[in-house]
Order: sequence, then C-alpha cells, then structure tokens
Amino acid sequence: MTNPVLDLADVNVFYGAVHALRGVSLRVDEGEVVTLIGGNGAGKTTTLAAVCGLLRPKSGKVTFRGGDVAGMQTHKLVAQGLVMAPEGRGIFPNLTVEENLKLGAYTRSDKAGIAADLKRGFELFPRLAERRRQRGGTLSGGEQQMLSIARALMARPNVLLLDEPSLGLAPLVTQAIFATIDQINKEGVTILLVEQNANIALKHSHRAYVLETGEIQFSGPSAELRNDPRVKAAYLGEG
Amino acid sequence: MPRTIALLMAGIVGCYGLNWFLSEFIEVVYVDYLNLIGLSIILAVGLNVVNGLTGQFSIGHAGFMAVGAFVGALASILFTYGEIAAGPLEHAGLAQFLLCLLFSGVAAGVLGVVVGAPALRLRGDYLAIATLGFGEITRILLTAQDSLGGPTGLKRIPKMPLLPGASGWDGGTSVFWIYLFVFVVIVLAVRLQRSTFGRALIAIRENELAAETMGVPSARMKVVAFVFGAFFAGIAGALYAHYQHSVRPDDFTAVRSIEVIVMLVLGGLGSVTGAVAGAVVVTLLPQLLRPIEEALGIDGLSMVVYALLLVTMMVFRPQGIFGQRELSLKLLRRLIPGRRKESP
Repeated sequence: MTNPVLDLADVNVFYGAVHALRGVSLRVDEGEVVTLIGGNGAGKTTTLAAVCGLLRPKSGKVTFRGGDVAGMQTHKLVAQGLVMAPEGRGIFPNLTVEENLKLGAYTRSDKAGIAADLKRGFELFPRLAERRRQRGGTLSGGEQQMLSIARALMARPNVLLLDEPSLGLAPLVTQAIFATIDQINKEGVTILLVEQNANIALKHSHRAYVLETGEIQFSGPSAELRNDPRVKAAYLGEG
Repeated sequence: MPRTIALLMAGIVGCYGLNWFLSEFIEVVYVDYLNLIGLSIILAVGLNVVNGLTGQFSIGHAGFMAVGAFVGALASILFTYGEIAAGPLEHAGLAQFLLCLLFSGVAAGVLGVVVGAPALRLRGDYLAIATLGFGEITRILLTAQDSLGGPTGLKRIPKMPLLPGASGWDGGTSVFWIYLFVFVVIVLAVRLQRSTFGRALIAIRENELAAETMGVPSARMKVVAFVFGAFFAGIAGALYAHYQHSVRPDDFTAVRSIEVIVMLVLGGLGSVTGAVAGAVVVTLLPQLLRPIEEALGIDGLSMVVYALLLVTMMVFRPQGIFGQRELSLKLLRRLIPGRRKESP
C-alpha cells in the first residue's frame, strides 16, 4: 500500500452548536481520484473546507504529505501543493480569462514554468484559449468551470480538491469536464472530488466515500459501490 | 530603476514648470482651486487602492489625513521656530520639510496597520462603521489635546520651502509640492494596478475566498492596501497644513471622508483616472456654483444643485464617469468612430 498523501482522522467540525462533521476519517493515496458523495447538507463541502483551511476542525487530524495541516491558513497550503477549485467556481468576473489563470500561479515565481503551464491549460481547455481576453464574468457556466479547474492547476498542485464540478452544468458539458479530470489525473495529479452526481463521480474515480449527516457511512472501490444496493437505492435512482 | 529616476526627474521638472507658469500668468484664486484639487487627488487616488481596487469600504480617510496634518505641522513648527509661539510666518527648510512629510506619512501608515489589522477582518457595513468610528475618534482625541491647541488647533505652520529661482513667485511653491505628490501617487497607483500584487488585490475584491484558494494571503494584503491609502492621506494632511498655515481638528470631520468617497464613486470605483476626474469635479463644482448662487440671491442653492447632480449621475451612470476603465490611448482610439473592431 502506498502512503496516503492526504489523511483525515476522526475530524469533527462544528458550526456553532451544529455538529457538522462527526468523526470523519478518509484517506487519499498518491495518484488516486477519490470521490466523496452524499446528499445535500451531508457535509461534503464542509469536509473540503476543513481540509484546505477555510474551517478549523474542533478535533481530529488532517495530515498532508506527512505534516499536520489542520487549521493552517489556506494560502499557505496552496504553496505546499494543496489547491482547491471552490464550489460555485469562484471566478473573478472583472478579470480576463488570462488574468484569472495567472492569479492561479500567484504563489509561484518561475516565469518560464508559468508560461508553459498557461499554454498547457489552453491545450487542456481550447475553449479558454479562444476566450483568453474575455472577462471571466462573461463566460458560460461550463467555461467558468473549465477556468476554475485550469486556474487551480496553475498552482501545480499535488492534490487538487474539486467541489461539485458538475454543478448547474448540462450533461454533455459535465461529460467533457470529467473526461478532462481523468486526463489531469493521468498526468499525475491526485484528486479529491466532491460530487452530488454520484453516477458520474463513481465512473471517474478509483475509490469513494459515502457521507451522510456528517458521518462516513461506508466506502470502497468505486466500481464496487456502483453495484452496491445501498448506493443504487439512495444515489443512483435505481433498485 | 533608471527609468524610475528619469520619471521622477521629469515629474520634478514638470511641476516646477507648472508652478512657474501659474504664478506668472494665472490669478491666485484659480491657483488656490488647483491646489485644493491636487490635495483631493492625492486623497482620492490613495483611497481608491483600498475602496476601489481591494473593495474594502473604508470611510475613515479623514482620520489619517488629520494625523498626518498634525504630525507634520507640529514637527515643522518645532523645526522652524523651536516652539509653539506667535510670530511671523517663515519658510520651512527643504530637508526639514521633507522629513516632516515622511513623519506624517509614516505616522498615518503605522496607524493604518494598527487600525487596519483588526478592522479589515470585518466586512461591508461593519468595516465602514469601524473606519468611520476611527475617523471620529481621531478628531475628538485631537480636539481634546490642549498641547496641540485643542479645538483651535495649530497655527503659524511654516510655508512650504522655497525653490531655487522661485523667490519672486507670489503664490509660493505650493503648486510644485502638491503636484509633485499628485504625480508620485498616480505613478505608484498605476504601477500597482498593473502588477501581480494589484491583480491579487482585485481578486480579493471580486471573490475573497477564491483569492485565498489561489494562495493570496488576503488578510495581510488588505492591510498593505490600507496602509498605502493611509500613507498618502498622511502626506496630503501635511501638505494641507503647510498650505493653509493652520489646522483645526474640525477640518477633518466625517464629511471630508465622505467627500473622498463621493469622488471615487463619481469618477468610477477602481479607476485611477476616475479618482482624478472625481477629485476635480467634487472640488471644483461647489466653487463654480457659488457665483450662480450669489447672482440669484438664493443661499444654499449651490449645495442643492451639487446634490442633484450627484443623484442624477448615480441614476444614469451608476458605474461613475470612467467605470473601471482608465484613460489610455487604447480607449481614445476606441472612441474614434469608424475604427471600432467588431466585438462578439
């Protein structure tokens, strides 16, 4: 077994008196795509927020590449290679596509590397290349999602956190985005993917965790979970 | 670096030329308007970095100006006369004057850190109220200082230093000094806006959470932007003190802070050109309306017209005169009809 690059152990998060995450433990190994599925309000986004420092867990451990990072400031984690593409895409609407992408490389200073990665991002998402001088706010939902992912890649992440990349997108666009996510993973980026669309998330991941009311219910290889009757009934609309 | 020095030299020569021209050919009243406009520009362009670029709504700018004015005035009085006492006005020495300006800027800047670090954790309305409170507290504290003249403030603040060949200028050298700093603040603001740092400030304005996930240390950067504004407000305060030769705490009420905000909103939040245009309009308009008011014999008419103009402006062009655009060759070219590129 490889070493986990990201490891959550018994993480508890409270919003005031509300116990939002109840002892969540999960593990992401180098090179994997791990997905976290679950219904509305299950705590998926909260888990990501606890990982990337937007929330401080009340207890529990978050280990990234061997170091404890629970409650560390988000911008410091970015420099260490833990990067999130936030829910709702978080595009800067008044900056151009190119400026958005350049901000993704904010923590880097190697000009040649940044230029190369910018070119790579445009290859990955040719639509963005067509729109490079356009303002972020004028893009369609799918293009904004592409921009959000491409921008996160500009930081050269070891682990990429994706929060609901399919949100509000047409099925065809979602397919295209997930095809690119596969490709990004093949190029060596480890991905923790939060999705409400369990069907597509299970198709494009190695392992999955099912989260309900702040607790991990069960987990396993994605291919197995797709045939698990509990998952079928609750999340795939079958059985 | 050599380019920066060349630019500064050009600024010095340009301001010297402007001052010479004005004192030679233009009436002192109009030169006075121009000086007030210059002070407004320094305030507005500085605050634009905070309110426009970074999107942090601060309405306590007058507080920093007040601190700069009193620090600069007191230092200058002590340097020039050795004590606070009545007597004829004298010119400040060049080195002393520059030192006073530095003191003012640094004092206001340090206060910017002290106020900004906690206050900038607040958002929107709360930040506005906190900064408004800071401005008022500063004014009230200054009023209570008997050693600084209490409510009547400091008087007999030295004149701005003479320049070589400028002894015959009847308006003095205030145009040179004020516009030198107008030039400096504009150059710095434009460079800031085009830098990676400036883009990160805009990112904070547009989506602070997303900026943070890009690795932008938003808390620290907001304070830096705040200090930039405070520093130049301090300089503007010191220039104002030396220009008026007296300062009172009541020169720096909340109304003054709001006036600077009006300049920004009117010109277009986030645009340096807009800040300059707003400063010109807001400073000049009441002065231009005053003769009309006197001719018609209706007291207070100018303020009514002024307010109406602002309301009309906000209804028909809420993004301000320039929006977020800058005056540039590109914009001018676009405004010439017939050469417009087809936009999608």
